[in-house]
Amino acid sequence: MTLAIDIPAAGARKERNGVIRFIVRLFREKPLGAAGGVIFVLFLFCGIFADVLAPYGMNQISPRTRLMAPSWAHWFGTDNLGRDMLSRCLYGAQISVIIAFTTATLATVISIVVGIVTGYLGGKIDLVVQRFVDAWMSFPDLIILLVVVSVLGPGVPQIIFTLGCLLGIAGSRIIRSAVVSVRENMYVHAAQSIGASTGRILLRHILPNIMPPIIVLFTTRVGTVILAESSLSFLGLGVPPPTPTWGGMLSGSGRTFMFQGPWLALAPGLCLTVVVYATNVFGDALRDLLDPRMRGSR
Amino acid sequence: MSDALPQVPANEPILRVEDLKVHFPVTKGIIIQRQVATVKAVDGVSFTIRRGETLGLVGESGSGKSTTGLAVLRMLTPTAGRIVFEGQDIAHHDGAELLEVRRRMQMVYQDPYGSLNPRMTIRTIVGEPLAVHGLDADRKATRDKIAELIASVGLLPDMADRYPHEFSGGQRQRIGIARALALEPSLLIADEPVSALDVSIQAQVINLFMDLQERLGLTYLFIAHDLAVVRHISTRIAVMYLGRLVEIADRDELYQNPLHPYTEALMAAVPVADPEVEAKRPRTVISGEVPSALRPPPGCAFHTRCPRVMARCKTEQPQLREVAPGRAVSCHLHSN
Repeated sequence: MTLAIDIPAAGARKERNGVIRFIVRLFREKPLGAAGGVIFVLFLFCGIFADVLAPYGMNQISPRTRLMAPSWAHWFGTDNLGRDMLSRCLYGAQISVIIAFTTATLATVISIVVGIVTGYLGGKIDLVVQRFVDAWMSFPDLIILLVVVSVLGPGVPQIIFTLGCLLGIAGSRIIRSAVVSVRENMYVHAAQSIGASTGRILLRHILPNIMPPIIVLFTTRVGTVILAESSLSFLGLGVPPPTPTWGGMLSGSGRTFMFQGPWLALAPGLCLTVVVYATNVFGDALRDLLDPRMRGSR
Repeated sequence: MSDALPQVPANEPILRVEDLKVHFPVTKGIIIQRQVATVKAVDGVSFTIRRGETLGLVGESGSGKSTTGLAVLRMLTPTAGRIVFEGQDIAHHDGAELLEVRRRMQMVYQDPYGSLNPRMTIRTIVGEPLAVHGLDADRKATRDKIAELIASVGLLPDMADRYPHEFSGGQRQRIGIARALALEPSLLIADEPVSALDVSIQAQVINLFMDLQERLGLTYLFIAHDLAVVRHISTRIAVMYLGRLVEIADRDELYQNPLHPYTEALMAAVPVADPEVEAKRPRTVISGEVPSALRPPPGCAFHTRCPRVMARCKTEQPQLREVAPGRAVSCHLHSN
């Protein structure tokens, strides 16, 4: 009786220990990656609680304190309309970080699904789908973006959807090539000869072995998306002003007043750089930690 | 051992392959494909394996021995012929029927490095066949079973939570064998299972194969090109050349008195450990390469390299015929 209760409890405890052990390993073996993870969580936290954290309103105009250099009152300075840059960066984190991560996630999921299906199944499906991908990639991204946004109108969901599809379909080629090389391994053959279903092979054998390119793809996409969103905003097709986004701040007032107030470009630029860098080192650390062959190495 | 073979008389054939053909079409064109040629990788192979014996399948690279193994395992669908496994023709099984066959037939692979998923622990690898066939419902029983399997191939059960890269080639091959044994198969197909290993390790793994055969009453289809290894492990040997069987015989007969000129040449190529005997030994050396399977020579496929070729060999294809009980050869020299 006690035994029957003990077994599942032991199992659950082991699962939890696994997660904690993984975090401990992350900090011990990959301190840089752990720092990246912490920074990323910090930005996410800032974005989510921007309403509470921001000292001023994001669109609170104050003509008397225009273009002020960073000070105790305005840590990141103020812009040409006297808006507090720190507050705008915090709200920007909300929109930019959310767009960046949902879009990168959507793009990666599309890449994985398309890449795995065409790469593993091969044959006619592969041929047809990949020719479609070719055609898709031969269009300049901006043209497709312009068409979609002019039909659907500017806004956050439209941007996430369009950029996600664009980057996802282009990235599927990378995942596909990784799948094609993993598929040829004898352990996949062995799983087939045991009688494993296609779903099981994809999930247990193919997916874990293509994690390195997936993680790299995801982390590079985060930076790409933030910048793509800024060029869209610049064209007036992104998040409409005055809503602050890092890209919008860089390409808007940041560029116009670059000489009178360099902090206008520096503040969002630094935020962008730090988030992209943090995601990259965190992704690299994850990739190494998830690979059993790298265990114990730094 | 006797209880492992319920109501089956000893020496009953477990696998009968009849006129097996595996042809691969060579196609041109992307959208509209047309067949421009056929590679006859296996072209009319017949043999029988009895329960508890080991059939060694030998031949040069490209002779179709691996393809034969894959067709028997039904990783390939044969173009023609029958594969009667435990009384059932499995040549065209699919879906649930095939899954059921997969339980009773397992494979050990050549490459001990590529055949184990680097992201799985040994426990997951060895337990995967159980999971695939839904035999892992009882956690404790599964754990014990995996530990037992790992122990049975000569590894320590507490190695179960390590990853493949922590093991040597020989140990990995043992893990591959443990995985193949998980479902208690009746037939094990081993495709060059030791050719990637060091010679000293080869002997250990071969002995493990023989040990397991004795203990579990296994039947092996042992594919190899190393004649010394095949001689050690096989009870009977089949020799393949360019997709066809040229000779099949009991091990000792084949080694002492090869009938087909190709077998003779193969035997002559095996070095003898005694230098004096080795120096005096007559040798038949065959020249040239294996002809392309895309355009096999007419008549006997071996006539281009045969030291005893006759006019008839160039036009007429010899059939595999029984020359003595349990011994068949496909050569015009022995057709009358």
